[in-house]
Amino acid sequence: MSTVSVSNLNKVFNKGKANQVDALVDVSLTIEKGEFVSLIGPSGCGKSTLLRLIANLLEPTSGDIVVAGKSAKQSRLDQDYGMAFQQAGLFDWRTVTKNIELPLELKGWDKAKREARSREMLDLVKLPEFADHFPWQLSGGMQQRVAIARGLAAHPPLLLMDEPFGALDEMTREHMQAELLSICAATGTTVVFVTHSIPEAVYLSNRVVVMSPRPGRITKIVDVNLDGNRNETTRERPDFFATITAVREALRAGGGHAHTGAGVEDR
Amino acid sequence: MNLRLRAALPPVVFGVAFIAWWEAAVKIFDLKPYFLSAPSKIWDQFANNKSLIWEATRVSGTNALVGLLAGTVLGIAMSFLLSRYKILGDIVTPLAIALNAIPIFVLVAVLNNMYSITSEIPRRLMVTLVVYFIVLVNVAKGLTQVSPTQIELMRSYAAPESAILRKVRVPNAVPYLFTALKISAPAAVITAFVSEYFGGAQNGLGSRITSNIANSKNAAAWAYVLGACLLGLAFYLVSIIVESAATPSGAKRTSGRSQ
Amino acid sequence: MNPLVQRIVRRSAMFVVALVFIAAVWELYKVVGPEDGGALFGINILPRSNGRAMPHVWDMLSRYGRPELRSSERKIWRVVLAGAWFSFRLSLVGFAIGATVGVALATLMARFKVVERGLLPYLVVSQTVPLIALAPLVVSWGGKLEVFGYEWPRWLSASVLGAFLAFFPVAVGMLRGLSSANPASLELMDSYAASWTQTLFRLRFPAAVPFMVPALKLAASSAVIGVVVAEISTGLKGGIGRLIIEYAREATGDPAKVFTAVFGAAVLGLAMAGLVSAFDLYVMRNRPKEAL
Repeated sequence: MSTVSVSNLNKVFNKGKANQVDALVDVSLTIEKGEFVSLIGPSGCGKSTLLRLIANLLEPTSGDIVVAGKSAKQSRLDQDYGMAFQQAGLFDWRTVTKNIELPLELKGWDKAKREARSREMLDLVKLPEFADHFPWQLSGGMQQRVAIARGLAAHPPLLLMDEPFGALDEMTREHMQAELLSICAATGTTVVFVTHSIPEAVYLSNRVVVMSPRPGRITKIVDVNLDGNRNETTRERPDFFATITAVREALRAGGGHAHTGAGVEDR
Repeated sequence: MNLRLRAALPPVVFGVAFIAWWEAAVKIFDLKPYFLSAPSKIWDQFANNKSLIWEATRVSGTNALVGLLAGTVLGIAMSFLLSRYKILGDIVTPLAIALNAIPIFVLVAVLNNMYSITSEIPRRLMVTLVVYFIVLVNVAKGLTQVSPTQIELMRSYAAPESAILRKVRVPNAVPYLFTALKISAPAAVITAFVSEYFGGAQNGLGSRITSNIANSKNAAAWAYVLGACLLGLAFYLVSIIVESAATPSGAKRTSGRSQ
Repeated sequence: MNPLVQRIVRRSAMFVVALVFIAAVWELYKVVGPEDGGALFGINILPRSNGRAMPHVWDMLSRYGRPELRSSERKIWRVVLAGAWFSFRLSLVGFAIGATVGVALATLMARFKVVERGLLPYLVVSQTVPLIALAPLVVSWGGKLEVFGYEWPRWLSASVLGAFLAFFPVAVGMLRGLSSANPASLELMDSYAASWTQTLFRLRFPAAVPFMVPALKLAASSAVIGVVVAEISTGLKGGIGRLIIEYAREATGDPAKVFTAVFGAAVLGLAMAGLVSAFDLYVMRNRPKEAL
């Protein structure tokens, strides 16, 4: 059973009014268990909208979304996924540990179980010494790691991420990408990852879903076949660059511009 | 429906419903006048005593206005000194913070003793004092909390302190002055009333309200309260109009309280 | 020394310097000012500087050590302290009631948009209108009302007035705070399928705390003002307001007396402010330190 199955999805904003936007038109996508899939495209291509539809934070105009065998709404109610955003979104007034325990509190877990799980997650993201610190005492990268720990705290089968590393500097970003891969390998989580960055998408994913705007649609899905495990040397290998080129060309084809589509980076 | 009208609907509905409920409650529960008077009776009293209410409003209003003007002028003058000599700011700021917490209108008891019994000066002095500190703190803030980048620019032009004052500090302080006015205007009216409770000439709104209650004429007292509310509202509206008139359209406006 | 403590010590020292300066100006005026008052530019603006109108600062301070009445043994500082304590307790009750009602109303307004749109304009306008004018009316209820069989005690009117004045800044501040929650955090709570109540307690209330800090300070001073005005406009026995009025009447014979009560009222205000500040410091102890 696939983890996420999207069929003939349409999303229209402000239907019938002057500012009607066809955010997504006839989008179909299947994501298998354990896959890491990136959504990439210029502004307005609907990648964040698609993510939010899967998360049931938005309702589709038409079409089906099945997450972990259930409707998107049921999955949200059952807490079958975790989310991470560009702003870590940690609560200033809670310690790191209490931030990670937030979804567990809402699910009604008892204290002992919560504490055990948050300790486990802190070890996973390699921040055990910061259990009793407050978010403002941590760097941006560390805050994102806590956000990821929070997203995975309930061990959901699916992790949805909306440009979580967008606010970080380049070095921290590359480091976080490696961390994320090792965490996902350890937990076997399926990941849907929205990004602006082509190298990031290629480094992290099994497949890169290229989208384009007006109307928002999927133009091409690029398979990423890199030899061996991904590590620091991966970014310097020829097959890495080849895949990046393939993605860039798909973006150009979709955007119809001579140069790289607006809003997509070569970083 | 026009969007503006739609926005105005809930408050209007609430207001009308409240007055209607008030009127009904007095009739249904047979509430005695010494507890709550019916809006209709209050309005009657207001209409009948219009000239008396106006006289009392004039007295309290004049006290508030004199104090407001004097306090503003003195506050602005002192704030210039404060911006020039940092040590003064260090001394005055803790005092201003402390005075914020204290019901300083009780000083009227002291002031009454220092002037003749029929003088309006104690009340005007009290309003002046209250307004002075509000204006002082806010305008001083405006004169000193200037963008460091702008100061650096002026220094690179080898501009003297007086030029920096004129061209950078004063324009920066203008919105702060209007914030201060929007707070001081109602405060002046309130202080003017409260000062009347300490004795002295019994011709203002505050004393009228008390005397009407003492004579069990509650509906009349409420009518004077209505007059007081109108006075306060008028002062606030004038301060907003002054701000609008003096601020070029599109420029930064301030909202709400700062101190 | 802890920088916070350092700042408090410095501010207190400066405050004392300011008081000394004021005392110096007072005494200076006594030396140069006209004994029976005078005019400046034609207005009788200069106060009388004789011993009956303006006692010496030392007289004011030493008055504390002498008895209140010629007949009794009770030193005046005890009387003033008792009066201030009485008013302090009334202010505390008023503050508590006003804050509770304010928070409740703000929560209601945050939950139901229509309530917010209907009431908020009145809340905002109320801060420009002299609600204090209602003081004599509220106080007049005392002794004449019966609620659930209990007679309305007169002191409760003073607290109710304090509550009435304190309520508005708390309601406005709390509403602003409840609406200040980060949209991303609200989305997060949505993704957890959290109920409105769960979101209220885990996100909106904690996010509102920084907005409550200045609101509570204003509410505390408003409660004190309400209580003192209530006491003054009706001479409520036991409070500092009544003492001020009483001593003011005796000013011709005993000029320093009224000052003792006035300073007592000042101490009352500072005590309330101190209490609220301590509460603020406690509640914000884990937050990023910004300028207090």
